[in-house]
Amino acid sequence: MPAIKSLEELKRIREEALQKKQMKATPGNVQVIVAMGTCGIAAGARDTMKSVLNFIETENVSGVTVTQTGCIGLCEQEPILQVVLGDQPKVVYGKVNAQVAQKIMKQHVQNGQPVTENMIIV
Amino acid sequence: MREIALHLLDIAENSAAAQSQNIRIEVHEDLSNDSLATCVIDDGRGMDAQTAQQVQDPFYTSRTTRSVGLGIPLLKSAAEMAEGRFSLQSEPGKGTCVEALFRHSHVDRMPLGDLSATFLTVLISHPQVDWAFSYRVTAKDGQSRDFVFESAELRRELGDISLTEPEVLTFVRGMIEEGIDAVTLQTVY
Repeated sequence: MPAIKSLEELKRIREEALQKKQMKATPGNVQVIVAMGTCGIAAGARDTMKSVLNFIETENVSGVTVTQTGCIGLCEQEPILQVVLGDQPKVVYGKVNAQVAQKIMKQHVQNGQPVTENMIIV
Repeated sequence: MREIALHLLDIAENSAAAQSQNIRIEVHEDLSNDSLATCVIDDGRGMDAQTAQQVQDPFYTSRTTRSVGLGIPLLKSAAEMAEGRFSLQSEPGKGTCVEALFRHSHVDRMPLGDLSATFLTVLISHPQVDWAFSYRVTAKDGQSRDFVFESAELRRELGDISLTEPEVLTFVRGMIEEGIDAVTLQTVY
């Protein structure tokens, strides 16, 4: 059985993250918002969230805030994911399964190019 | 909803929306008693008796975008379908406690599902809340194994570093997944 992770280890990780944060040039605030109403959850929002977090871990992406919102009244488009890059307008994506989430993270969050096929125009 | 863990995520989202400071999610699989008990307890704004009754009706919701609210009625019917019980207790200003009990071996009981994904999701989505997670498995012989997680200590250590920094995320995800796996392995009929 793997050892339970200790708080000592967490302190070391915190120091490392802090150093990295100071080193990198801040490209402005990046927010990824997953809709987590009952409709979103039933349509697979948790897998979408898991996929976003998995991307952050495997690609070692720093400085992304991941958060949630409730039902925004477009239940048929769930799972819905929204991306805000700095002061650019919010981009709303529909039918974001785990694969689409990976694509949005790579193409939009990392490289600034919105994924047009899944955009919802409201 | 295909998993009890997804219902718990849904109910916990209600708790977070009710401006709770502390939210506790408990799951107890008790094979000695053939039961699976879950509850979500918060100290949010609570509801009066009439609202607490109304939210169990699918045609009631506090939301303004639509006029149906399915979260609580779905969990209630899932519990009742598996010879269980559902209860919702709430007091304005004090908080809400939602309990769902299932017969563990009932053929219509939905699987518990990915509890660690649910815990990680609520933790990341609502970092300002003090989360407490408890998962207990009691074997047929009455022996129990526990996983307990509290986010307050974690946040004190992290300070202003976000949970979504990759190294931190790996650490926290590992902590929850390993903890739950260590308890889950013992679930054998």
